[in-house]
Amino acid sequence: MDATHILLDYGSGGKASQRLISELFLRHFDNPVLARMDDAAFLDIQGPLAMSTDSFVVDPVFFPGGNIGSLAVHGTVNDVAMLGARPLYLSCAFILEEGFELEKLERIVQAMGQAARDAGVSIVTGDTKVVPRGMADKIFINTTGVGTMLVAEHPSGHRAAPGDAVLVSGTMGDHGLAILAQREGLAFETPVLSDSTALNGLTERLLLEVGDIHVLRDPTRGGLATTLNEIAGQSGVGIELDEGAIPVTPAVRSGCAFLGLDPLYLANEGKLICILPEAKAEAALALLHADPKGAGARRVGTVAAANPGKVVLRTALGGKRLLNMLEGEQLPRIC
Amino acid sequence: MSIFDKFSDPELCKAVLDAIHRELDGELRFMEVCGTHTVAIFRSGLRSMLPPGVVHLSGPGCPVCVTHESEVGMYMDLAGRDGVIVATFGDLVRVPGPGGTCLKDAMAQGARVAVVYSPFDALTLARENPQATVVFLGIGFETTAPTVAATLQAARAAGVGNFQVLSFHKLVPPALRALLGDPELNLHALVMPGHVSTIIGLEPYRFIAEDFHLPAAITGFDPLDILQSLLDIVRQRKEGRAEVVNLYRRAVQDLGNPKAVAVMESVFTPADALWRGIGMIPGSGLALRPEYEAFDAQKTLGLTMAEAKPIPGCRCGDVLRGKLTPDRCPLFAKACTPAKPVGPCMVSTEGSCAAYYKYQLEM
Repeated sequence: MDATHILLDYGSGGKASQRLISELFLRHFDNPVLARMDDAAFLDIQGPLAMSTDSFVVDPVFFPGGNIGSLAVHGTVNDVAMLGARPLYLSCAFILEEGFELEKLERIVQAMGQAARDAGVSIVTGDTKVVPRGMADKIFINTTGVGTMLVAEHPSGHRAAPGDAVLVSGTMGDHGLAILAQREGLAFETPVLSDSTALNGLTERLLLEVGDIHVLRDPTRGGLATTLNEIAGQSGVGIELDEGAIPVTPAVRSGCAFLGLDPLYLANEGKLICILPEAKAEAALALLHADPKGAGARRVGTVAAANPGKVVLRTALGGKRLLNMLEGEQLPRIC
Repeated sequence: MSIFDKFSDPELCKAVLDAIHRELDGELRFMEVCGTHTVAIFRSGLRSMLPPGVVHLSGPGCPVCVTHESEVGMYMDLAGRDGVIVATFGDLVRVPGPGGTCLKDAMAQGARVAVVYSPFDALTLARENPQATVVFLGIGFETTAPTVAATLQAARAAGVGNFQVLSFHKLVPPALRALLGDPELNLHALVMPGHVSTIIGLEPYRFIAEDFHLPAAITGFDPLDILQSLLDIVRQRKEGRAEVVNLYRRAVQDLGNPKAVAVMESVFTPADALWRGIGMIPGSGLALRPEYEAFDAQKTLGLTMAEAKPIPGCRCGDVLRGKLTPDRCPLFAKACTPAKPVGPCMVSTEGSCAAYYKYQLEM
């Protein structure tokens, strides 16, 4: 392509659009289903299926540890995986702002292609729209994923039961703080990287090798605190968390202290919460620890019958307090 | 374990907590002045571990909470004016003004509002937007005012004419004097603000002991800091002493930070100020000195302060004066929640109503 920036022509459906598709998307997403270039993807799969969709509007589009493209693949792959499914296919739709640099688009598309291959999924259908300058912020990406269910009784936020163990697969808050630091131009002594990654390999092994997984969730926006509150509400149970056991890197901890933020409310894009019967907890932890993506896994709490709908935090000092759901967004404080 | 970890070490904390349990002689009604302390006490779970005789009240040390309705009304009038960008710390964007709307609402309706992390970011914004007037909302206590003053010095030196400050800064000692002069206030001791004290030191608080005979301890924000301050005031009372002590020596010098004070005093001069729930307190605010008049948004933009009626039913004023715990306000957790705050004590992350709502297990 001769141009260096996205022009309105690229969304026209004409020759410019064709060039963008053939020279960019097809090259990085290469697979036989997409290559047929029909109006829809022909998929020969058997149900039951899981399906999820998400739109990615992250600012900045490039951040330490990833970019909007890899995030758009990881986010949807993980959502499908958390229901107990094997993600197979993704759609992706781009809304591009006129003037967005083609070189950046290529880096994003390349990262999407790589993320999809790493996760074992194919991007089989898509769409591109270009809007006039100022009508969108650089690039928005929507991805939809489908996958086949791996287990008959799938994990769900409604299945947490008193006595279950609550595990997390690693440190909390890395993605949220990485984005905030990049957006605000804040430099910490130790750089904070996003944890963006696909977790479908981990979830599949937990489901098939450990089994009887009651809940799988990825604590994205709102972080661990908000996700656990959702589960407590859906299941009508209380969740007791042990603050001292929740893994947070020293860099995230000190960055949050500096900004007046709480890492338990910051987004994660490469971590999962697993709630399962107490008897299975050790096996699940061993499985997680054997995988680099779960190496930092910890048991962080227990599901209880008391305080239904609430998450109670036992603090490092031994006191107890409520860990409420996030209201609005976390805002930096004055002093 | 690093030296800093020791200030939250459970074993050390337990030893001090045990001493408080052992030495407490009757009810101890203490007020922590600072909003960051309020949150630290809740977040660490300390509230649930203190002896029942310890009554914890929150004071007027949350800068968002004490910003008067009329002041909010003034900056809300400013937001949305042609050619104006309001630059503010994040806490303020959800504070409802007299009409019930906040800066977030104004942003949705097209007002240009920038959330910044430092007043210097607002100055940069002014440089990058020469066609606009960037007005930084100067809200905060002695902790914040020196940085705003330094930004104004930089703006003047660089001749950045489109940078303005709307100064609603407030000073802690005059407010404490006003508060302690209230005959209805039933307090035994004060936990003093660590951040403010790093700037002003210990001397401006002497009157608490000398005029009001109350023990007061300046302390930090880790659990051990707070527990040590409580143990100190328990002991002072037991021994019949009333002193202002500095237990935060790793950050606070008795004389404070004279350089920061000098910067603050070179730009600002004390002025009367309105405090939410308390009203006008003489000499408790900071106005720009005449030589900085060109940067004073109130003057250059012709802003006037309209009298704002208190919000019906909201008891934030009583909460700020230690007369009411948040859960006893009739609006608490019903009409007033963090999602739809009625009063500022529910808005600010450092507000006592928000802390009760967020952290208190039993209500």
